Amino acid sequence: MANEHSEKNHSVGYGTYVLIWLVLVGLTVTTVSISGINLGNIALAVALLIAAVKSAFVINIFMHIKFEEKIFKVFIAIALMTLLSVFVLTAFDVFFR
Amino acid sequence: MSENSESKPYINFLQAESKHKGIFKWILSTDHKRIGIMYMTGMMAFLLVGITLGFLMKLEMLTPGKTIMDAQTYNAFFTLHGVIMIFLFIIPGLPAVFGNFMLPLQIGARDVAFPRLNLLSWWLYVVGGIFAIASLFLQGGPIDTGWTFYVPYSLRTGTNVSLPLFAAFILGFSSILTGINFVTTVHRLRAPGMTFFKMPLFVWAIYSTAWIQVIATPVVGITIILVIVERAFSLGIFDPALGGDPLLFQHLFWIYSHPAVYIMILPAMGAVSEIIPTFAKRTIFGYKAIAFSSLAIAFIGYFVWAHHMFTTGISDTSRFIFSLLTFLVAIPSGVKVFNWVATLYKGSITPGAPLLFVMMFIFLFSIGGLTGLVLGSLATNVHVHDTYFVVAHFHYVMFGGTVMIFFAALHYWLPKMFGRMYNEKVAKWSIALIFIGFNMLYFTMFILGYEGQPRRYWDYLPQFQTLQIISTVGSWILISGILLMFGNLHRSIKRGAKAEANPWGGKTLEWTIPSPPPVHNFDEIPVITHGPYNYGEEEAK
Repeated sequence: MANEHSEKNHSVGYGTYVLIWLVLVGLTVTTVSISGINLGNIALAVALLIAAVKSAFVINIFMHIKFEEKIFKVFIAIALMTLLSVFVLTAFDVFFR
Repeated sequence: MSENSESKPYINFLQAESKHKGIFKWILSTDHKRIGIMYMTGMMAFLLVGITLGFLMKLEMLTPGKTIMDAQTYNAFFTLHGVIMIFLFIIPGLPAVFGNFMLPLQIGARDVAFPRLNLLSWWLYVVGGIFAIASLFLQGGPIDTGWTFYVPYSLRTGTNVSLPLFAAFILGFSSILTGINFVTTVHRLRAPGMTFFKMPLFVWAIYSTAWIQVIATPVVGITIILVIVERAFSLGIFDPALGGDPLLFQHLFWIYSHPAVYIMILPAMGAVSEIIPTFAKRTIFGYKAIAFSSLAIAFIGYFVWAHHMFTTGISDTSRFIFSLLTFLVAIPSGVKVFNWVATLYKGSITPGAPLLFVMMFIFLFSIGGLTGLVLGSLATNVHVHDTYFVVAHFHYVMFGGTVMIFFAALHYWLPKMFGRMYNEKVAKWSIALIFIGFNMLYFTMFILGYEGQPRRYWDYLPQFQTLQIISTVGSWILISGILLMFGNLHRSIKRGAKAEANPWGGKTLEWTIPSPPPVHNFDEIPVITHGPYNYGEEEAK
């Protein structure tokens, strides 16, 4: 299909990259730190939440998806929804066993 | 729509020269058609190895106790038969061969979106295959875990597990890259005017499959790495003795391996949707229903994996949900079968070999599908779990389904790929032998399984011998049919009568160019103005 590829240049400054990197390092330190604290049932949820935030930064900024065409966002959304569904269905086993 | 003239001289892709010489003209080629044929060559070699292993296993089952091999060898044989047939033949299967060859032709493109990535996929397939074979001869001996690599046994056995697992990991990458390539090709390279609903149904099937390849395969990649790491460092992820959860392995394994079943069957269903309109000279009945049912099967197929685990001790809630979801898969599958049959109704049917394979597919796949419902029901599953009933079921679905259509596609597209015709009479004899042998071999397994013969056992009770003998004799007839078919196809490629551009009267784009196709497929990219199975004019007459 001869789709016109509309290439737009979005320049992300080095400063932003460094800032995001520092945020990622900070979140990694947080994950490691709270693994020593007994959070009970929510420990898994907290770890996953932090990981999700980190992934969002990487996907949007480092992988440039924030500035890409809609179709790429749809693709990623489908993959994420599939992953979420797999988590939910596995939970039906783990939490009701 | 532009059509290349048959009489116009051209260089076909088989004759084309490149900067490389000898075999390098092929193994370094980025032409999607050559890559398709290279996959076919590799897969045929592995298929013959897999068939030989299956033949020897059935020979062992001719009598109770030892017939030709000891129990440990039998364990290795059923594992290798599974690993080779699943990872090296049926998963690459139709997408790698016919997807590569036909997808660009059917959408009016000159190649796939990423030709070099395509070649890399093939090389990864070869490297994965070499690793799998090498593991047989290295210290420790061939893997004996079964193709499912279940823990904790796969963590503890002294046989070579890590290397064939790594081979499966590499093959997974090959599959992912092919999937990415096909999704991109379908989105970016369709000919002008070819909207999604003007695409041939084989393209729809390959597109749906490509999505599964991309999304599901990484899960098995991660799982495999975890097993290898656990074997090396005793991490305790899956091993209960170290605090791990063996059911977690089964979840992760089947989260990939169940969708993989649809990686195997969906492209076959796509090929059926090509062959039936061509041989019935009718526009396909329910085009959109078939297209959407491919997506529906791909989608629902993600969420049924735990039906492989009904007897493992997963929660009752989970069993109930997964049983329900499993039954839902029958709906889009049924939609397809009814639409195919409706297409044949009042068609002008030519019973050529590809259509006869399709008829055989519908018969065998229906038996495989319906026995799948027996397995999907919680109560009956307990009775037949891990018996020959399961073995019979998945051979009816995978062999009777996917492989029969692989054979059908070989006959259907052979004239296009090599510019030669096969011998129709010999093809029909081979089909008859395959049909008789297949049902003798596998239908007896339904009965044996129902009566309590467990799968993967080297020995059996004397009362099962009559059915075991029928089954083994069936394997001889089946293999005779397959060898006759391959002999016929091989002879056709070498010495068959020259094929026209469109020997079957097909309507999709691959039939508008000469056989074998020119190097760059289309002199001029066609402009699409109507649907893919435009038999309306003939029907009107």
